[in-house]
Amino acid sequence: MIEVQDVYFTYPLAGVEAVKGVSLTVRNGEFVAIMGQNGAGKTTLVKQFNGLLKPSKGNVLVDGVNTRDISIAQLARKVGFVFQNPDHQLFSETVEEEVAFALKNFGFNEETIEKRVTWALNLLDLTEYRKTSPFMLSGGERKRVALASVLAWDPEVVILDEPTIGQDHQQKETLRQFIIQLNSQGKTVVIVTHDVEFVAECNPRVVLMVQGQIVADGEAKQILTNPDVVLKAFVVPPQITQIFQGLADLGFPTDVIDVSEAGKILIERLEEERSKR
Amino acid sequence: MAIIEVKGLTYTYPGAKKPSISDVSLTIEKGEFVIVTGPSGCGKTTLCRCFNGLIPHFYNGQLDGELSVAGLKVNEHEIHELAQKVGLVFQNPENQLFALSVEKDVAFGLENLGVARDEMRKRVDRALQTTEIEELRERAPHELSGGQQQRVAIACVLAMRPDIMVFDEPTSFLDPLGARKIFEVINELNKKLGITVILVEHRLDLTSHYADRVVIMDNGKIVLNGKPREVFTSEEAKLIGVGIPKATLLWQLLQEKGFPLKGVPTGSEEATRFLREVLKK
Repeated sequence: MIEVQDVYFTYPLAGVEAVKGVSLTVRNGEFVAIMGQNGAGKTTLVKQFNGLLKPSKGNVLVDGVNTRDISIAQLARKVGFVFQNPDHQLFSETVEEEVAFALKNFGFNEETIEKRVTWALNLLDLTEYRKTSPFMLSGGERKRVALASVLAWDPEVVILDEPTIGQDHQQKETLRQFIIQLNSQGKTVVIVTHDVEFVAECNPRVVLMVQGQIVADGEAKQILTNPDVVLKAFVVPPQITQIFQGLADLGFPTDVIDVSEAGKILIERLEEERSKR
Repeated sequence: MAIIEVKGLTYTYPGAKKPSISDVSLTIEKGEFVIVTGPSGCGKTTLCRCFNGLIPHFYNGQLDGELSVAGLKVNEHEIHELAQKVGLVFQNPENQLFALSVEKDVAFGLENLGVARDEMRKRVDRALQTTEIEELRERAPHELSGGQQQRVAIACVLAMRPDIMVFDEPTSFLDPLGARKIFEVINELNKKLGITVILVEHRLDLTSHYADRVVIMDNGKIVLNGKPREVFTSEEAKLIGVGIPKATLLWQLLQEKGFPLKGVPTGSEEATRFLREVLKK
Protein backbone atom coordinates (compact mmCIF):
# COMPACT_ATOMS: atom_id res chain seq x y z
CA MET A 1 0.00 0.00 0.00
CA ILE A 2 1.23 3.49 -0.82
CA GLU A 3 0.02 6.30 1.42
CA VAL A 4 0.67 9.87 0.34
CA GLN A 5 0.01 12.21 3.25
CA ASP A 6 -0.39 15.92 2.47
CA VAL A 7 2.71 15.98 0.28
CA TYR A 8 4.29 19.14 -1.10
CA PHE A 9 7.28 19.14 -3.41
CA THR A 10 9.40 22.02 -4.68
CA TYR A 11 12.22 21.46 -7.18
CA PRO A 12 15.17 23.02 -5.37
CA LEU A 13 16.96 24.63 -8.34
CA ALA A 14 14.04 25.95 -10.36
CA GLY A 15 12.06 26.81 -7.19
CA VAL A 16 8.94 25.44 -8.86
CA GLU A 17 6.34 23.92 -6.53
CA ALA A 18 5.15 20.94 -8.58
CA VAL A 19 3.02 19.13 -5.97
CA LYS A 20 0.85 21.13 -3.57
CA GLY A 21 -0.79 19.24 -0.74
CA VAL A 22 -1.63 15.86 -2.24
CA SER A 23 -3.13 13.05 -0.19
CA LEU A 24 -3.80 9.71 -1.86
CA THR A 25 -3.88 6.04 -0.97
CA VAL A 26 -3.09 3.37 -3.52
CA ARG A 27 -4.19 0.02 -2.11
CA ASN A 28 -2.53 -3.29 -2.94
CA GLY A 29 -3.76 -4.72 -6.22
CA GLU A 30 -5.26 -1.48 -7.50
CA PHE A 31 -4.94 -0.18 -11.07
CA VAL A 32 -4.71 3.60 -11.05
CA ALA A 33 -4.25 6.06 -13.91
CA ILE A 34 -2.90 9.46 -12.95
CA MET A 35 -3.99 11.96 -15.58
CA GLY A 36 -3.69 15.67 -16.22
CA GLN A 37 -2.02 18.28 -18.39
CA ASN A 38 1.71 18.59 -19.00
CA GLY A 39 3.27 20.12 -15.90
CA ALA A 40 0.33 19.13 -13.64
CA GLY A 41 2.76 17.30 -11.33
CA LYS A 42 1.89 13.71 -12.31
CA THR A 43 5.44 12.49 -12.77
CA THR A 44 6.68 14.43 -9.73
CA LEU A 45 4.01 12.73 -7.66
CA VAL A 46 4.78 9.17 -8.74
CA LYS A 47 8.52 9.71 -8.31
CA GLN A 48 7.71 10.02 -4.58
CA PHE A 49 6.26 6.47 -4.62
CA ASN A 50 9.66 4.79 -4.90
CA GLY A 51 11.70 7.45 -3.13
CA LEU A 52 13.31 8.92 -6.26
CA LEU A 53 12.05 12.20 -4.82
CA LYS A 54 11.34 12.83 -1.13
CA PRO A 55 8.56 15.23 -0.15
CA SER A 56 9.54 18.81 0.78
CA LYS A 57 6.67 18.57 3.29
CA GLY A 58 4.38 15.68 4.25
CA ASN A 59 5.13 11.94 4.11
CA VAL A 60 4.93 8.98 1.77
CA LEU A 61 4.58 5.54 3.34
CA VAL A 62 5.20 2.36 1.35
CA ASP A 63 3.76 -0.62 3.24
CA GLY A 64 3.93 1.52 6.36
CA VAL A 65 7.58 2.55 5.95
CA ASN A 66 8.37 6.23 5.44
CA THR A 67 10.35 6.75 2.19
CA ARG A 68 12.72 9.00 4.12
CA ASP A 69 13.82 6.06 6.30
CA ILE A 70 14.70 3.57 3.57
CA SER A 71 17.14 3.54 0.64
CA ILE A 72 15.98 3.87 -2.96
CA ALA A 73 17.58 0.49 -3.68
CA GLN A 74 15.40 -1.21 -1.05
CA LEU A 75 12.31 0.60 -2.28
CA ALA A 76 13.02 -0.21 -5.91
CA ARG A 77 12.80 -3.92 -5.19
CA LYS A 78 9.20 -3.34 -4.18
CA VAL A 79 8.24 -0.43 -6.43
CA GLY A 80 9.48 -0.60 -10.04
CA PHE A 81 9.51 2.58 -12.08
CA VAL A 82 9.51 2.69 -15.89
CA PHE A 83 10.51 6.14 -17.10
CA GLN A 84 8.66 8.17 -19.71
CA ASN A 85 11.77 8.45 -21.86
CA PRO A 86 13.51 5.08 -22.24
CA ASP A 87 16.79 6.84 -23.06
CA HIS A 88 16.92 7.97 -19.42
CA GLN A 89 17.02 4.37 -18.38
CA LEU A 90 18.87 2.35 -21.04
CA PHE A 91 22.65 2.18 -21.27
CA SER A 92 23.80 -1.40 -21.84
CA GLU A 93 25.33 -2.78 -25.02
CA THR A 94 22.68 -5.40 -25.60
CA VAL A 95 19.03 -5.74 -24.74
CA GLU A 96 19.83 -8.89 -22.79
CA GLU A 97 22.42 -7.13 -20.60
CA GLU A 98 20.01 -4.26 -20.04
CA VAL A 99 17.34 -6.56 -18.69
CA ALA A 100 19.86 -8.56 -16.62
CA PHE A 101 21.46 -5.47 -15.05
CA ALA A 102 19.07 -4.86 -12.16
CA LEU A 103 18.77 -8.60 -11.50
CA LYS A 104 22.55 -8.79 -11.00
CA ASN A 105 22.40 -5.80 -8.66
CA PHE A 106 19.65 -7.40 -6.63
CA GLY A 107 21.92 -10.46 -6.24
CA PHE A 108 19.87 -13.07 -8.13
CA ASN A 109 21.86 -16.17 -9.16
CA GLU A 110 22.89 -16.81 -12.78
CA GLU A 111 20.24 -19.40 -13.42
CA THR A 112 17.41 -17.21 -12.15
CA ILE A 113 18.73 -14.25 -14.12
CA GLU A 114 18.77 -16.29 -17.34
CA LYS A 115 15.24 -17.53 -16.73
CA ARG A 116 13.85 -14.11 -15.90
CA VAL A 117 15.55 -12.38 -18.83
CA THR A 118 14.15 -14.98 -21.23
CA TRP A 119 10.72 -14.65 -19.64
CA ALA A 120 10.65 -10.82 -19.78
CA LEU A 121 11.93 -10.63 -23.37
CA ASN A 122 9.42 -13.20 -24.50
CA LEU A 123 6.61 -11.41 -22.69
CA LEU A 124 7.33 -8.13 -24.46
CA ASP A 125 8.02 -9.67 -27.85
CA LEU A 126 11.71 -8.71 -27.79
CA THR A 127 13.38 -12.13 -28.07
CA GLU A 128 14.68 -11.45 -31.59
CA TYR A 129 16.54 -8.36 -30.28
CA ARG A 130 18.22 -10.18 -27.40
CA LYS A 131 21.76 -9.51 -28.71
CA THR A 132 20.96 -6.13 -30.31
CA SER A 133 22.00 -2.77 -28.87
CA PRO A 134 18.96 -0.97 -27.39
CA PHE A 135 20.05 2.11 -29.29
CA MET A 136 19.54 0.37 -32.65
CA LEU A 137 15.85 -0.14 -31.83
CA SER A 138 12.93 2.13 -32.61
CA GLY A 139 11.45 4.43 -29.94
CA GLY A 140 8.55 2.05 -29.30
CA GLU A 141 10.85 -0.95 -29.01
CA ARG A 142 13.19 0.84 -26.58
CA LYS A 143 10.16 1.63 -24.46
CA ARG A 144 9.41 -2.09 -24.23
CA VAL A 145 13.01 -2.89 -23.30
CA ALA A 146 12.73 -0.41 -20.41
CA LEU A 147 9.52 -2.13 -19.31
CA ALA A 148 11.07 -5.60 -19.60
CA SER A 149 14.05 -4.57 -17.47
CA VAL A 150 11.76 -3.51 -14.61
CA LEU A 151 9.29 -6.41 -14.85
CA ALA A 152 12.21 -8.86 -14.76
CA TRP A 153 12.75 -8.30 -11.05
CA ASP A 154 9.06 -8.78 -10.31
CA PRO A 155 8.26 -5.70 -8.19
CA GLU A 156 4.95 -5.62 -6.27
CA VAL A 157 4.09 -2.19 -7.59
CA VAL A 158 4.76 -1.21 -11.21
CA ILE A 159 4.74 2.47 -12.11
CA LEU A 160 4.59 3.25 -15.82
CA ASP A 161 5.20 6.85 -16.85
CA GLU A 162 3.45 7.41 -20.20
CA PRO A 163 3.62 3.76 -21.30
CA THR A 164 1.74 4.27 -24.58
CA ILE A 165 4.09 6.86 -26.11
CA GLY A 166 5.47 5.60 -29.42
CA GLN A 167 3.42 2.40 -29.26
CA ASP A 168 1.25 1.49 -32.20
CA HIS A 169 -2.32 0.31 -31.92
CA GLN A 170 -1.50 -3.38 -31.61
CA GLN A 171 1.20 -2.81 -29.02
CA LYS A 172 -1.17 -0.65 -27.03
CA GLU A 173 -3.67 -3.47 -27.08
CA THR A 174 -0.93 -5.91 -26.00
CA LEU A 175 0.12 -3.47 -23.28
CA ARG A 176 -3.48 -3.15 -22.11
CA GLN A 177 -3.97 -6.91 -21.85
CA PHE A 178 -0.60 -7.18 -20.23
CA ILE A 179 -1.38 -4.54 -17.57
CA ILE A 180 -4.71 -6.19 -16.86
CA GLN A 181 -2.94 -9.54 -16.55
CA LEU A 182 -0.36 -8.08 -14.13
CA ASN A 183 -3.15 -6.48 -12.17
CA SER A 184 -5.20 -9.67 -11.98
CA GLN A 185 -2.12 -11.45 -10.63
CA GLY A 186 -2.34 -9.06 -7.70
CA LYS A 187 0.23 -6.47 -8.78
CA THR A 188 -0.46 -2.83 -8.10
CA VAL A 189 -0.23 -0.87 -11.34
CA VAL A 190 0.05 2.91 -11.53
CA ILE A 191 0.18 4.55 -14.94
CA VAL A 192 0.81 8.21 -15.65
CA THR A 193 -0.79 9.12 -18.94
CA HIS A 194 -2.69 11.61 -21.01
CA ASP A 195 -3.82 8.98 -23.48
CA VAL A 196 -7.59 9.21 -22.88
CA GLU A 197 -8.47 6.57 -25.46
CA PHE A 198 -6.14 4.10 -23.73
CA VAL A 199 -7.65 4.87 -20.32
CA ALA A 200 -11.16 4.55 -21.78
CA GLU A 201 -10.26 1.03 -22.93
CA CYS A 202 -8.63 0.02 -19.62
CA ASN A 203 -11.22 1.52 -17.29
CA PRO A 204 -9.00 1.94 -14.19
CA ARG A 205 -9.41 4.23 -11.18
CA VAL A 206 -8.59 7.71 -12.46
CA VAL A 207 -6.84 10.40 -10.39
CA LEU A 208 -6.98 13.74 -12.16
CA MET A 209 -4.40 16.42 -11.36
CA VAL A 210 -4.39 20.15 -12.07
CA GLN A 211 -1.50 22.40 -11.07
CA GLY A 212 -0.05 20.09 -8.46
CA GLN A 213 -3.36 19.13 -6.86
CA ILE A 214 -5.87 16.31 -7.19
CA VAL A 215 -9.18 17.61 -8.56
CA ALA A 216 -11.01 14.32 -9.09
CA ASP A 217 -10.62 10.68 -8.09
CA GLY A 218 -12.95 7.88 -9.18
CA GLU A 219 -13.89 5.40 -11.89
CA ALA A 220 -12.74 6.24 -15.44
CA LYS A 221 -16.34 6.17 -16.68
CA GLN A 222 -17.38 8.82 -14.17
CA ILE A 223 -14.37 11.09 -14.46
CA LEU A 224 -13.79 11.10 -18.23
CA THR A 225 -17.42 11.84 -19.00
CA ASN A 226 -17.77 14.71 -16.55
CA PRO A 227 -17.32 17.80 -18.75
CA ASP A 228 -16.63 20.23 -15.86
CA VAL A 229 -13.85 18.13 -14.38
CA VAL A 230 -12.36 17.20 -17.74
CA LEU A 231 -12.24 20.79 -18.93
CA LYS A 232 -10.59 21.93 -15.70
CA ALA A 233 -7.84 19.35 -16.18
CA PHE A 234 -7.47 20.13 -19.91
CA VAL A 235 -8.11 16.55 -20.88
CA VAL A 236 -10.07 15.95 -24.07
CA PRO A 237 -12.87 13.41 -23.48
CA PRO A 238 -12.68 10.13 -25.44
CA GLN A 239 -14.02 10.37 -29.02
CA ILE A 240 -16.98 8.09 -28.17
CA THR A 241 -17.90 10.33 -25.19
CA GLN A 242 -17.78 13.41 -27.42
CA ILE A 243 -20.12 11.74 -29.93
CA PHE A 244 -22.60 10.70 -27.25
CA GLN A 245 -22.56 14.07 -25.52
CA GLY A 246 -23.42 15.57 -28.91
CA LEU A 247 -26.49 13.33 -28.99
CA ALA A 248 -27.59 14.02 -25.40
CA ASP A 249 -30.72 15.93 -26.48
CA LEU A 250 -31.95 12.81 -28.30
CA GLY A 251 -32.00 10.96 -24.99
CA PHE A 252 -28.65 9.15 -25.21
CA PRO A 253 -26.55 8.55 -22.09
CA THR A 254 -23.60 10.94 -21.71
CA ASP A 255 -21.30 8.62 -19.80
CA VAL A 256 -20.28 6.19 -22.56
CA ILE A 257 -16.52 5.68 -23.13
CA ASP A 258 -16.34 2.32 -24.89
CA VAL A 259 -16.91 1.80 -28.62
CA SER A 260 -18.68 -1.57 -28.37
CA GLU A 261 -21.04 -0.26 -25.70
CA ALA A 262 -21.68 2.76 -27.93
CA GLY A 263 -22.42 0.50 -30.90
CA LYS A 264 -24.83 -1.60 -28.85
CA ILE A 265 -26.81 1.42 -27.63
CA LEU A 266 -27.07 2.91 -31.13
CA ILE A 267 -28.06 -0.36 -32.80
CA GLU A 268 -30.78 -1.00 -30.20
CA ARG A 269 -32.18 2.46 -30.79
CA LEU A 270 -32.01 2.19 -34.57
CA GLU A 271 -33.68 -1.24 -34.55
CA GLU A 272 -36.42 0.10 -32.32
CA GLU A 273 -37.04 3.00 -34.71
CA ARG A 274 -37.01 0.67 -37.70
CA SER A 275 -39.63 -1.63 -36.17
CA LYS A 276 -41.91 1.35 -35.49
CA ARG A 277 -41.98 2.23 -39.15
CA MET B 1 3.67 19.42 -58.90
CA ALA B 2 5.55 16.69 -57.12
CA ILE B 3 7.79 17.98 -54.32
CA ILE B 4 8.98 14.58 -53.15
CA GLU B 5 9.59 11.67 -55.49
CA VAL B 6 10.66 8.31 -54.16
CA LYS B 7 11.35 5.43 -56.55
CA GLY B 8 12.32 1.93 -55.49
CA LEU B 9 14.04 3.14 -52.32
CA THR B 10 15.77 0.47 -50.23
CA TYR B 11 17.92 1.22 -47.20
CA THR B 12 19.90 -0.92 -44.78
CA TYR B 13 21.48 0.54 -41.61
CA PRO B 14 25.18 -0.24 -41.16
CA GLY B 15 25.54 -3.64 -39.52
CA ALA B 16 21.86 -4.52 -39.95
CA LYS B 17 20.99 -7.88 -41.49
CA LYS B 18 17.94 -6.79 -43.43
CA PRO B 19 16.78 -3.50 -44.96
CA SER B 20 14.61 -1.17 -42.85
CA ILE B 21 12.74 0.02 -45.91
CA SER B 22 12.58 -1.90 -49.13
CA ASP B 23 11.43 -0.89 -52.59
CA VAL B 24 9.43 2.13 -51.42
CA SER B 25 7.87 4.32 -54.09
CA LEU B 26 5.88 7.42 -53.20
CA THR B 27 5.03 10.78 -54.73
CA ILE B 28 4.02 13.73 -52.59
CA GLU B 29 2.55 16.82 -54.21
CA LYS B 30 3.45 20.35 -53.18
CA GLY B 31 1.10 21.55 -50.43
CA GLU B 32 -0.16 18.09 -49.47
CA PHE B 33 -0.78 16.98 -45.89
CA VAL B 34 0.24 13.34 -45.66
CA ILE B 35 0.07 11.07 -42.63
CA VAL B 36 2.49 8.13 -42.54
CA THR B 37 1.54 5.41 -40.08
CA GLY B 38 2.05 1.72 -39.37
CA PRO B 39 3.27 -0.62 -36.62
CA SER B 40 6.29 0.37 -34.54
CA GLY B 41 9.48 -0.62 -36.38
CA CYS B 42 7.77 -0.58 -39.80
CA GLY B 43 10.25 1.90 -41.30
CA LYS B 44 8.34 5.19 -40.89
CA THR B 45 11.15 7.01 -39.10
CA THR B 46 13.75 5.58 -41.48
CA LEU B 47 11.82 6.91 -44.49
CA CYS B 48 11.63 10.37 -42.86
CA ARG B 49 15.38 10.36 -42.25
CA CYS B 50 15.85 9.95 -46.01
CA PHE B 51 13.83 13.06 -46.82
CA ASN B 52 16.40 15.48 -45.38
CA GLY B 53 19.50 13.45 -46.19
CA LEU B 54 20.26 12.20 -42.65
CA ILE B 55 20.18 8.94 -44.55
CA PRO B 56 22.65 8.34 -46.19
CA HIS B 57 24.91 11.28 -45.21
CA PHE B 58 24.79 10.90 -41.41
CA TYR B 59 23.76 7.29 -40.87
CA ASN B 60 25.79 5.88 -43.80
CA GLY B 61 24.57 2.37 -44.63
CA GLN B 62 23.38 1.18 -48.02
CA LEU B 63 20.84 3.32 -49.92
CA ASP B 64 19.53 2.20 -53.31
CA GLY B 65 16.86 3.66 -55.52
CA GLU B 66 15.96 7.26 -56.35
CA LEU B 67 14.88 10.07 -54.08
CA SER B 68 14.48 13.72 -54.96
CA VAL B 69 13.19 16.36 -52.59
CA ALA B 70 12.26 19.86 -53.77
CA GLY B 71 14.19 19.20 -56.96
CA LEU B 72 17.36 18.03 -55.20
CA LYS B 73 18.65 14.49 -55.51
CA VAL B 74 19.24 13.50 -51.91
CA ASN B 75 22.41 11.49 -52.43
CA GLU B 76 24.02 14.33 -54.42
CA HIS B 77 23.33 17.15 -51.94
CA GLU B 78 24.61 17.71 -48.40
CA ILE B 79 22.42 17.80 -45.30
CA HIS B 80 22.86 21.59 -44.91
CA GLU B 81 21.45 22.19 -48.41
CA LEU B 82 18.56 19.83 -47.86
CA ALA B 83 17.85 21.28 -44.40
CA GLN B 84 16.82 24.56 -46.01
CA LYS B 85 14.10 22.73 -47.91
CA VAL B 86 13.06 20.07 -45.43
CA GLY B 87 12.67 20.58 -41.68
CA LEU B 88 12.53 17.48 -39.51
CA VAL B 89 11.01 17.45 -36.03
CA PHE B 90 12.23 14.36 -34.20
CA GLN B 91 10.30 11.86 -32.10
CA ASN B 92 12.36 12.73 -29.03
CA PRO B 93 12.93 16.48 -28.62
CA GLU B 94 16.00 15.90 -26.46
CA ASN B 95 17.84 14.64 -29.52
CA GLN B 96 17.40 18.01 -31.12
CA LEU B 97 17.87 20.61 -28.36
CA PHE B 98 21.24 21.59 -26.91
CA ALA B 99 21.55 25.39 -26.43
CA LEU B 100 21.45 27.15 -23.05
CA SER B 101 18.31 29.10 -23.83
CA VAL B 102 15.21 28.42 -25.89
CA GLU B 103 15.81 31.59 -27.93
CA LYS B 104 19.36 30.50 -28.82
CA ASP B 105 18.18 27.06 -29.83
CA VAL B 106 15.53 28.51 -32.14
CA ALA B 107 18.04 30.97 -33.63
CA PHE B 108 20.78 28.35 -34.13
CA GLY B 109 19.71 27.10 -37.55
CA LEU B 110 19.29 30.67 -38.82
CA GLU B 111 22.75 31.68 -37.54
CA ASN B 112 24.22 28.81 -39.49
CA LEU B 113 22.50 29.98 -42.65
CA GLY B 114 23.82 33.53 -42.09
CA VAL B 115 20.37 35.15 -41.86
CA ALA B 116 20.54 38.92 -41.06
CA ARG B 117 20.03 39.84 -37.39
CA ASP B 118 16.71 41.71 -37.81
CA GLU B 119 15.24 39.00 -39.96
CA MET B 120 16.47 36.40 -37.48
CA ARG B 121 14.78 38.21 -34.57
CA LYS B 122 11.52 38.41 -36.54
CA ARG B 123 11.55 34.72 -37.43
CA VAL B 124 12.42 33.61 -33.90
CA ASP B 125 9.62 35.77 -32.43
CA ARG B 126 7.11 34.41 -34.92
CA ALA B 127 8.14 30.82 -34.29
CA LEU B 128 7.89 31.27 -30.50
CA GLN B 129 4.45 32.90 -30.89
CA THR B 130 3.11 30.19 -33.14
CA THR B 131 4.14 27.46 -30.73
CA GLU B 132 3.02 29.54 -27.70
CA ILE B 133 6.29 29.43 -25.83
CA GLU B 134 7.22 33.13 -25.76
CA GLU B 135 7.40 33.05 -21.96
CA LEU B 136 10.00 30.25 -22.13
CA ARG B 137 12.38 32.35 -24.25
CA GLU B 138 15.12 32.63 -21.59
CA ARG B 139 14.66 29.16 -20.06
CA ALA B 140 17.11 26.32 -20.59
CA PRO B 141 15.58 23.65 -22.88
CA HIS B 142 16.87 20.76 -20.75
CA GLU B 143 14.94 22.07 -17.73
CA LEU B 144 11.59 22.09 -19.55
CA SER B 145 8.93 19.39 -19.47
CA GLY B 146 8.73 16.89 -22.35
CA GLY B 147 5.79 18.74 -23.87
CA GLN B 148 7.46 22.13 -23.68
CA GLN B 149 10.61 20.70 -25.24
CA GLN B 150 8.58 19.36 -28.13
CA ARG B 151 7.24 22.86 -28.79
CA VAL B 152 10.76 24.26 -28.77
CA ALA B 153 11.85 21.61 -31.27
CA ILE B 154 8.96 22.57 -33.56
CA ALA B 155 9.80 26.28 -33.20
CA CYS B 156 13.42 25.57 -34.25
CA VAL B 157 12.25 24.02 -37.49
CA LEU B 158 9.50 26.60 -38.08
CA ALA B 159 12.04 29.42 -37.90
CA MET B 160 13.89 27.92 -40.86
CA ARG B 161 10.76 28.38 -43.03
CA PRO B 162 11.24 25.18 -45.00
CA ASP B 163 9.07 24.13 -47.98
CA ILE B 164 8.47 20.74 -46.43
CA MET B 165 8.09 19.87 -42.76
CA VAL B 166 8.39 16.32 -41.54
CA PHE B 167 7.01 15.61 -38.06
CA ASP B 168 7.92 12.32 -36.45
CA GLU B 169 5.27 11.79 -33.75
CA PRO B 170 5.61 15.41 -32.67
CA THR B 171 3.07 15.24 -29.86
CA SER B 172 3.91 11.99 -28.12
CA PHE B 173 4.91 13.94 -25.01
CA LEU B 174 1.95 16.33 -25.07
CA ASP B 175 -1.42 16.05 -23.34
CA PRO B 176 -4.44 15.79 -25.67
CA LEU B 177 -5.33 19.49 -25.64
CA GLY B 178 -1.68 20.43 -26.12
CA ALA B 179 -1.45 17.87 -28.91
CA ARG B 180 -4.59 19.18 -30.57
CA LYS B 181 -3.13 22.70 -30.50
CA ILE B 182 0.08 21.53 -32.12
CA PHE B 183 -1.87 19.68 -34.80
CA GLU B 184 -3.84 22.87 -35.42
CA VAL B 185 -0.58 24.78 -35.77
CA ILE B 186 0.70 22.16 -38.23
CA ASN B 187 -2.57 22.33 -40.13
CA GLU B 188 -2.29 26.15 -40.37
CA LEU B 189 1.27 25.91 -41.65
CA ASN B 190 -0.10 23.63 -44.32
CA LYS B 191 -3.31 25.44 -45.24
CA LYS B 192 -2.17 29.06 -44.84
CA LEU B 193 1.54 28.99 -45.69
CA GLY B 194 1.29 26.12 -48.14
CA ILE B 195 4.04 24.12 -46.42
CA THR B 196 3.98 20.47 -47.44
CA VAL B 197 3.44 18.41 -44.29
CA ILE B 198 4.46 14.82 -43.67
CA LEU B 199 3.22 13.66 -40.28
CA VAL B 200 4.25 10.34 -38.78
CA GLU B 201 1.54 9.48 -36.25
CA HIS B 202 -0.15 6.67 -34.39
CA ARG B 203 -2.84 8.91 -32.93
CA LEU B 204 -5.15 8.91 -35.91
CA ASP B 205 -8.15 9.89 -33.77
CA LEU B 206 -6.65 13.34 -33.42
CA THR B 207 -5.11 13.83 -36.85
CA SER B 208 -6.81 12.07 -39.73
CA HIS B 209 -9.34 14.83 -40.44
CA TYR B 210 -6.49 17.20 -41.33
CA ALA B 211 -4.88 14.88 -43.85
CA ASP B 212 -5.29 14.71 -47.62
CA ARG B 213 -3.73 11.28 -47.68
CA VAL B 214 -2.76 8.42 -45.40
CA VAL B 215 0.18 6.13 -46.15
CA ILE B 216 0.39 2.90 -44.17
CA MET B 217 3.69 1.06 -43.91
CA ASP B 218 4.35 -2.46 -42.70
CA ASN B 219 7.64 -4.38 -42.66
CA GLY B 220 9.52 -1.65 -44.51
CA LYS B 221 7.02 -1.41 -47.37
CA ILE B 222 4.10 0.85 -48.25
CA VAL B 223 0.97 -1.30 -48.09
CA LEU B 224 -1.80 1.30 -48.35
CA ASN B 225 -1.82 4.78 -49.83
CA GLY B 226 -4.99 6.83 -50.31
CA LYS B 227 -7.64 9.15 -48.86
CA PRO B 228 -8.13 8.64 -45.06
CA ARG B 229 -11.68 7.29 -45.41
CA GLU B 230 -10.71 4.79 -48.08
CA VAL B 231 -7.69 3.58 -46.17
CA PHE B 232 -9.45 3.25 -42.80
CA THR B 233 -12.35 1.26 -44.18
CA SER B 234 -10.16 -1.23 -46.03
CA GLU B 235 -9.73 -4.78 -44.74
CA GLU B 236 -5.95 -4.43 -44.94
CA ALA B 237 -5.91 -1.57 -42.41
CA LYS B 238 -7.76 -3.77 -39.92
CA LEU B 239 -5.35 -6.64 -40.46
CA ILE B 240 -2.24 -4.50 -39.97
CA GLY B 241 -3.73 -3.28 -36.71
CA VAL B 242 -3.57 0.44 -37.38
CA GLY B 243 -5.32 2.56 -34.75
CA ILE B 244 -8.46 3.29 -36.73
CA PRO B 245 -10.32 6.28 -35.21
CA LYS B 246 -13.12 5.27 -32.80
CA ALA B 247 -15.62 7.26 -34.86
CA THR B 248 -14.76 5.10 -37.89
CA LEU B 249 -15.01 1.90 -35.81
CA LEU B 250 -18.47 2.97 -34.66
CA TRP B 251 -19.45 3.48 -38.32
CA GLN B 252 -18.21 -0.06 -39.05
CA LEU B 253 -20.31 -1.56 -36.22
CA LEU B 254 -23.44 0.16 -37.54
CA GLN B 255 -22.66 -0.72 -41.16
CA GLU B 256 -22.34 -4.43 -40.28
CA LYS B 257 -25.82 -4.37 -38.69
CA GLY B 258 -27.34 -2.76 -41.75
CA PHE B 259 -27.43 0.85 -40.56
CA PRO B 260 -25.35 2.84 -43.04
CA LEU B 261 -24.46 6.49 -42.42
CA LYS B 262 -24.16 9.19 -45.07
CA GLY B 263 -20.37 9.01 -45.04
CA VAL B 264 -17.46 7.51 -43.15
CA PRO B 265 -16.65 9.72 -40.16
CA THR B 266 -13.04 10.10 -38.94
CA GLY B 267 -13.76 12.66 -36.19
CA SER B 268 -16.37 12.97 -33.43
CA GLU B 269 -18.13 16.07 -34.79
CA GLU B 270 -18.64 14.42 -38.14
CA ALA B 271 -19.89 11.23 -36.47
CA THR B 272 -22.39 13.18 -34.36
CA ARG B 273 -23.68 14.96 -37.46
CA PHE B 274 -24.11 11.77 -39.51
CA LEU B 275 -25.77 9.98 -36.58
CA ARG B 276 -28.24 12.81 -36.04
CA GLU B 277 -29.37 12.46 -39.64
CA VAL B 278 -30.28 8.78 -39.27
CA LEU B 279 -31.74 9.22 -35.81
CA LYS B 280 -34.00 12.16 -36.62
CA LYS B 281 -36.36 10.21 -38.84
